[in-house]
Amino acid sequence: MTATPAESAVPPEPTAPPRAARSSRLLAERVIEAAIALAGVSTVVIVALIFLFLLRESTAAFLDVPLRQLMGTRWYPIEGLFGFLPLIAGSLVVTIGAVVIAVPLGLITAIYLGEIAPPSQREVLKPIIEVLAGIPSIVLGFVGWVALAPLVQQLGATTGLTALTGSLILAYMALPTIISISEDALYAVPKAYRDGALAIGATQWQTIWRVVLPAARSGIVIAVMLGIGRAIGETMAVMMVTGNAANIPALGPGLFLQPVRTMTATIAAEMGEVQRGSLHYSTLFAIGVVLFVITFGINYVAGRLIGASGGPRRRGQL
Amino acid sequence: MSPKIEIRGFNFFYRDFHALIDLDLLIPRNQITALIGPSGCGKSTFLRCLNRMNDTIAGTRADGRILLDGDDIYAPDVDVTGLRQRVGMVFQRPNPFPQSIYDNVAFGPRVLGLASARSLDGIVEESLRGAAVWDDVKHRLHDPAQALNPGQQQRLCIARAIAVKPEVILMDEPCSALDPVATLRVEDLMQSLASDYTIVIVTHNMQQAARVSHQTGFFWLGRLVEFGPTGALFRAPRDPLTEAYITGRRG
Repeated sequence: MTATPAESAVPPEPTAPPRAARSSRLLAERVIEAAIALAGVSTVVIVALIFLFLLRESTAAFLDVPLRQLMGTRWYPIEGLFGFLPLIAGSLVVTIGAVVIAVPLGLITAIYLGEIAPPSQREVLKPIIEVLAGIPSIVLGFVGWVALAPLVQQLGATTGLTALTGSLILAYMALPTIISISEDALYAVPKAYRDGALAIGATQWQTIWRVVLPAARSGIVIAVMLGIGRAIGETMAVMMVTGNAANIPALGPGLFLQPVRTMTATIAAEMGEVQRGSLHYSTLFAIGVVLFVITFGINYVAGRLIGASGGPRRRGQL
Repeated sequence: MSPKIEIRGFNFFYRDFHALIDLDLLIPRNQITALIGPSGCGKSTFLRCLNRMNDTIAGTRADGRILLDGDDIYAPDVDVTGLRQRVGMVFQRPNPFPQSIYDNVAFGPRVLGLASARSLDGIVEESLRGAAVWDDVKHRLHDPAQALNPGQQQRLCIARAIAVKPEVILMDEPCSALDPVATLRVEDLMQSLASDYTIVIVTHNMQQAARVSHQTGFFWLGRLVEFGPTGALFRAPRDPLTEAYITGRRG
């Protein structure tokens, strides 16, 4: 069973593997490399294909509806009026509202969890917050409809189904993403930076504000962008609580207390009723193209923001 | 001359672990005091007690007194950030913030509100000169600090520490991540800083302790076994443990 000391002391002579075995290993290596490359490239190809598909289905809209009308302020498909502006405005208002609520709240929570809360609290709170991310959006739609809408109505709106209701629900949906990813980013900041700042005589808050947050900047930008992405792409919950009126909301103090209709909700609500191949059908795809371009724009801006930060650079994020 | 730091009956605990046991020593003003001993002997823990950096670790407890110019730094009413301004620290691995060279040095004066924007440039230059790194960086003050080599980064960290005009500088194995040439430059720097600052250095490198320090303390299992003038301690150690360690038979 056991080797004698004399045996174990002499290592076996390293022998070169036979030529056939070596070439088969080389082949395996090539296959693996090719498979990895394929997986990487396929993501890009799929995104490109999706975009091409959207473009193909929406060609009719872009060709047959004058651009002037697409930029118009009235969305009445039955009457042949396909103005995107109310829908874009609806998405914009709801998303901006959600971001304004979710980003500060999410960041503050992340700072509390990552920097201030004792480890025991962090270990309890973080998994719970991550579970929130898994709540189906339709369930949040119910909550918005039943619980939030009456409260919003009390703020002076004619109906409880408004942009603000949508923003609140979306903020709630984006929060777990923002908290969890920015907390990870804070957590990844080396303790040596905190020690360095504290050892100079900085307070805890100065250390967080001037050293830890800037060092975590790229991760925090990603967190915010993913949160916004979640908000702008969300459909069901928003459809349930924003009132679905395709009007451009009037600017002013009541901006958020008006019913709006988002791009996503329009596609979801009308897709089932249009005749395949009709102009209306094609216009819905055109909305998809607009949404796609907006998302791309957001990601591009995020990439630039990350690139401009002084922290460690990781190109090509998002 | 009265000692800069006076340690009286000091004990330190990590939860149940008694890390530092009954320490009594006097750290002289404007000299370099080296602390040597094997890994885990408590010398770094002791160093981090001198500016209360151990406060950031949960479950630690200090007992006894450490007097800085006669004032107990563990007294309940002590402002810890003020203490750390007086007692600066340089760490084992260079830890410049991921910011520009200028912002690294300006960090302390800014957070402590020491300087107007105009005098900040002067403080930055003076600190970088004081840390013997000015010539390396004067043309690229706004480049990221991470672009410097480790030796320059460590001198930048020393500049960052002296920018707030501390009285004491603690150095926790400041050269262990540096090559021999960079190490010598930092040692030279320590010698020149000693006239203005009280320096306490933890080192694994006994030649370094012998080269740079005026006083040496030998730690063993949480106790200070021997403390005295460096020349005497290395030439004629009084304790057999010290002798075994510095001749390489223990540790």
